[in-house]
Amino acid sequence: MQLQAEAKHVDHSEFVSFTVAGQAFCLKITQIREIRRWQPVTVLPHAPADVLGVMNLRGAVIPIYDLSARFGLEQTDASERNVVIVVSVHDKPVGLLAESVSEIISIDPDDIQETPQVDSRNTMDFIQGIISQNDEMVRIINLDAVISSPEQVAQ
Amino acid sequence: MKTKVLAIDDSRTIRNLLAACLEEAGFEYFSAVDGREGVDKYSDIDPDVVITDINMPNLDGFGVLEELRGDGINSKVPILVLTTESAADMKARARAAGATGWITKPFDDESLIFALKRVTGAAA
Amino acid sequence: MTGSIMDTFFEECEELLEAMDAGLAAIEEGDQDAETVNAVFRAVHSIKGGAGAFGLDELVAFAHNFETVFDDVRSNKLELDEKLIQLLFRASDHLSDLVTCARDGGQVDSAHHDVLIKALAEYIDEDEEELVFEPMGVGAAFEPAALPLLDAVEEEVTYDIRFHPLKEMYATGNEPYFLFQALSDLGELSVSLDENELPGFDAMEDGENYLSWELSLTTTKPRSSIEAVFEFVEGLCELSITTDGDAEAEVDALAALNAAFGVGSAEEENVVDVPLEQPAPEPVEAPALAEVETVEVPEVKSDPASENTPVAKKDAAKAKSAGPKPTLRVELDRVDKLINAVGELIINHSMLAQQIANLDASDTRDVETELEGFKTLARDIQEGVMAIRAQPVKPLFQRMARIVREASAATGKSAKLVTVGEATEVDKTVIERLADPLTHILRNAVDHGIETPEDRAATGKEKAGEIRLTAAHRSGSVCIEVKDDGAGLNRKKIRQIAIDKGLIPENAELNDNEIDNLLFLPGFSTASEISNLSGRGVGMDVVKNAVTKLGGRVNIASTPGRGSTFSIILPLTLAVMDGMVVSVAGHTMVVPITAIVETMRGNDDMINNLGADGTLLSIRGSFVPICDVASSLGLRRDTTNEPAGVYLLVETENGDRCALAVDDIHDQRQVVIKSLDGVCGNVPGVSAATILGDGKIAMILDPESIVTASSSAAVFDTDRRMSNAIAS
Repeated sequence: MQLQAEAKHVDHSEFVSFTVAGQAFCLKITQIREIRRWQPVTVLPHAPADVLGVMNLRGAVIPIYDLSARFGLEQTDASERNVVIVVSVHDKPVGLLAESVSEIISIDPDDIQETPQVDSRNTMDFIQGIISQNDEMVRIINLDAVISSPEQVAQ
Repeated sequence: MKTKVLAIDDSRTIRNLLAACLEEAGFEYFSAVDGREGVDKYSDIDPDVVITDINMPNLDGFGVLEELRGDGINSKVPILVLTTESAADMKARARAAGATGWITKPFDDESLIFALKRVTGAAA
Repeated sequence: MTGSIMDTFFEECEELLEAMDAGLAAIEEGDQDAETVNAVFRAVHSIKGGAGAFGLDELVAFAHNFETVFDDVRSNKLELDEKLIQLLFRASDHLSDLVTCARDGGQVDSAHHDVLIKALAEYIDEDEEELVFEPMGVGAAFEPAALPLLDAVEEEVTYDIRFHPLKEMYATGNEPYFLFQALSDLGELSVSLDENELPGFDAMEDGENYLSWELSLTTTKPRSSIEAVFEFVEGLCELSITTDGDAEAEVDALAALNAAFGVGSAEEENVVDVPLEQPAPEPVEAPALAEVETVEVPEVKSDPASENTPVAKKDAAKAKSAGPKPTLRVELDRVDKLINAVGELIINHSMLAQQIANLDASDTRDVETELEGFKTLARDIQEGVMAIRAQPVKPLFQRMARIVREASAATGKSAKLVTVGEATEVDKTVIERLADPLTHILRNAVDHGIETPEDRAATGKEKAGEIRLTAAHRSGSVCIEVKDDGAGLNRKKIRQIAIDKGLIPENAELNDNEIDNLLFLPGFSTASEISNLSGRGVGMDVVKNAVTKLGGRVNIASTPGRGSTFSIILPLTLAVMDGMVVSVAGHTMVVPITAIVETMRGNDDMINNLGADGTLLSIRGSFVPICDVASSLGLRRDTTNEPAGVYLLVETENGDRCALAVDDIHDQRQVVIKSLDGVCGNVPGVSAATILGDGKIAMILDPESIVTASSSAAVFDTDRRMSNAIAS
């Protein structure tokens, strides 16, 4: 129920869908600052597997996460074909590596379904809800849960 | 024509409070951070009324009164001094130095406007 | 609106409190110049004035007491002796606390509050108190309550007002016309000039005023509203206000007196003429208004600035030039944006330089000359912008004086803080973040360093201990030093505590420097055993962490019986530094030049194995442990491989040397420091990041923590844990 209520806050609005490790995910368009082609990043020593490193975004140093690894899926072998989705979390820019960006979709909040109960605690936290799009399941990412606080990187 | 007020006070807070109230009431507000600047700015601004604090660096309120009243041209401009309640003697001294009236700190908007009304006729 | 004004108020309070502290410090030093005293008085007064406007009653009340005492100091009624100065200091500290509480919410220690109020009250003589709380003299008859009270009287009454201004009234800039206008706001007003009063032409005297007005006002407002209109001209006119149909409009001396004593009596009497030209009876030596004619100000004891009043223009001009330089208040945000932009500019320059170097052009000399100019300009701008952020440490040092006072009071010790180099300018952020560590070191100095007055006397020292707080620029860094003339560190005790807490093994062999550094170990806090003052639950490791975060380091030097010195060495700015660009396992990284003693290319002859995994570099006959940067950072798992061929000889805080092995050295350049705070957590071995000429990010290494993390550095120590702890 709570998820339903949360979903209601997500007004009829536009989402950007993309694939991570073959699965379809999406983020609200207003959460996204820009989408960039993947370029090699600077590695952070002692960083966990899901932290790829840091990137120069017009003079700002921003951390780049491998979404796939973050979701507990296999690590992405990043290449030119991949994209970095720059989002704003806790008022800070953060880059998320995804396989590729699919399209912009418009979602009616009523179409958002609760995430069915699954075993993985992470999955439950990271996914805010799901929608059906062209017979495919698209997962809505709960950004605040995925990137909880900057301090968690490399600890 | 808006009534021009020149407020002289070394306290930024008091200046801000005066500005907020006076501008809201439709006066044209000018300020100076001490007596010296107030006197220096006076002729350029040519205000309809001066509000001055007493205790200020460089030139205090009495100095302002003396310089403005000493100058025959400005001798009639209304000058209100800002005093604290306890300073009854201060009012007497200020008046002796040519102050037109006084505003007691802390002041509310109403008493400020009322004081201006009595010396300029402007309710602005 | 009020909110932002209130913000300004608190901002201003900060400045005023600083000014107040500076003034008090000057007074303590013996500068009891009238202007110094006046400046402190003004600061308190302004805080009170602002606080009054926002209804911060507690603050107003305290500031009022403070101000009253200071007013007596100002008028030389009170002598500034040591005891009073100390009280004023404490009052100033408390005022600062009250401001903080008013701003952030919270409650001051009410017992302390009461003690101070009482202590201040002892200096306020009672007569004065009366004068303060029962304003007399001008305006006494209808003071603030005299503002138009709405609906106080509902019935419509017609007042006959006779108004005859004295000539003095015109000298004050009061205009009858405006007063009448104000009156007309109260109700129906009719005005007529009383021509009967005009004397014959011959009888007229120059400057005298012969005009009188008869007014009739029909209003529902009380009499006090009418009186309020005439407040400013009280004593400067003959005024009678009588209600409709009242024939006896004679001046009654007794009624006049009553009226002057208070509004109440005036209102009870239906017919009271308020003889404004009469002076209010004044028990204290307040000014008599009737004497206004003589324009001679009666002797007033709390005369604020009589000696300042006749400021000759010449003097004023002089004062102006001697005054503070004009300043501009700018939001810090804007400065930081500018700093960022300049950082970009410098990066942009290196990118351009790199691209030009890569150009396939035959002659790039002209471009390079121009580029050199670009570089110089960019540096100039950068220095200029940095200077904006730089601030003198003076306010910080002033705050520390308070810490020492409080710590002395709490421990029953006597200590004096001497500050040197207050004008030394340091980056604003550095100053802000230095407050905590410095506070801690100073509390520690009083609590553990300075001996009790008896002990000091016994060893032939002055009863009062001296703590010297110094700031100075030293070759590209800032050195802040806290030096006390106390007993010095008790190494035996420190060692024992470390053993008791399991921080070192019982048989550990440590030199003095190592023992001193035990203080910085997490978990080492002598506070709980000795007193609750310096501790407050944290140890000196907090000091070390805070300083390390700023890119600085702390050193201790101590001589038994002579005292200890804590030195904090900090980079001048947090924004740029000189770095050596190196490559480590294929990654480009930067090592701060300040950490590097020497660089050298190694060959096999220089490398000596020690034990299973230790390697030493022999340099001119001495052996230095090698630390492979790549493996320390976890970038190369295989440590059996020969470390790369270039070594950076670095020196750690406690003087140990270590050779950092890197793959190659590229060049040396100034880099813009980009903090990783908020980007990621603490990365071991890395202090920050920078952006290189090619737009890529490079890590800035922290040699100190790399050495620590490296296993090879530890082989020398019998106990590795200890060595790690000490160096960290």
